[in-house]
Amino acid sequence: MNELLLGLADDELVIGWRDSEWTGIAPMLEEDVAFSSIAQNEIGHARAVYELLTDDADALAFDRPLGEYRCAPLVELRLLDWAHTIARRWLYEEADRIRIAALMDDADPAVAGLAAKIDREEVYHRMHADMWHERLRGEPRFRDALADLWPYALGVLPPEQRAELAARVRLEEVEAIGRGTHTPELAELWDEMTSVRRSAPAGAQW
Amino acid sequence: MVDEAQVWAAFGEIPDPEIPVISLVDLGVIRSVDVADGRVRVEFTPTFLGCPALEVMKRALEEKVAALGAQPEVRVITDDSWSTDKITPAGREKLRTAGFAPPAPREASAPRLVQLQRAVFRCPYCGSTQTRLENIFGPTPCRSLRYCESCRQPFEQFKTI
Repeated sequence: MNELLLGLADDELVIGWRDSEWTGIAPMLEEDVAFSSIAQNEIGHARAVYELLTDDADALAFDRPLGEYRCAPLVELRLLDWAHTIARRWLYEEADRIRIAALMDDADPAVAGLAAKIDREEVYHRMHADMWHERLRGEPRFRDALADLWPYALGVLPPEQRAELAARVRLEEVEAIGRGTHTPELAELWDEMTSVRRSAPAGAQW
Repeated sequence: MVDEAQVWAAFGEIPDPEIPVISLVDLGVIRSVDVADGRVRVEFTPTFLGCPALEVMKRALEEKVAALGAQPEVRVITDDSWSTDKITPAGREKLRTAGFAPPAPREASAPRLVQLQRAVFRCPYCGSTQTRLENIFGPTPCRSLRYCESCRQPFEQFKTI
């Protein structure tokens, strides 16, 4: 299985899950709607990428043991603070656009075509993240959140794409917290995310 | 024996599950129909990949083909070939009548926030261009929320994609 695509799909699934945790409790109604819509779309991207890898996207998304997920620790973190939540959204979109741009040149037309579609939709996620970044970038709480999450954001990308991210977000490259190990928060998320399928009787039709 | 025109006519009767005033043909999501040996091959493009109505639309297409007595083969194409520019003129008019501002045309560069914030989008209720962006996001991935300063009516704008 293509590890790069699996990592991308798992990132989109898990960040979609995390973003959806603000549904109903975001600090303002507009953000409730925004986070819910972004979450839904990220999970849609996950599904489309899983479908490049398998005929049964649900099985790939939900029937794997925890250790087989390839998501980056950045998306796993359970963030209960708005400054960190927005910092992650912005850093994630900045990292994501670099790998999606690379996939748009992929030799496989199915991969390149899907990447182009995802990229076009992500424009709206970037607008949202940029708008918040513009508002908050001078705030000490937001700057602290960026500093906390920066090593994780670098870890979304393979080493050869990290310098580009550092240049885009104007932060010094540091040691990345990359894929390969999981944060304890993922176990809790996995338990909840997969609970319905694990509890279903054998042969259940979805 | 079913022909392509019959299939297109049948698809023209399928309402969009979330904006039922317009059909899947109006929405421009059916890329091709190919009839051969009692099988109907359909290529179908999602609007947004996060569209929750995707499965419902696919099933509706399959049911229409089966109702014509043919074997459906619906393939979902997840490339960049659908754009809001594919919504037909009739579809745009139906959107407007139902209170949705139709999408602005796709341009060479990606849409930017400053464009969405400009007061050029026409209110579908009173026709005023004194409208402002309330939220890039709305009830589904394909819609934004705007507000008309003239008739004080909120309305939905189809996102350009």
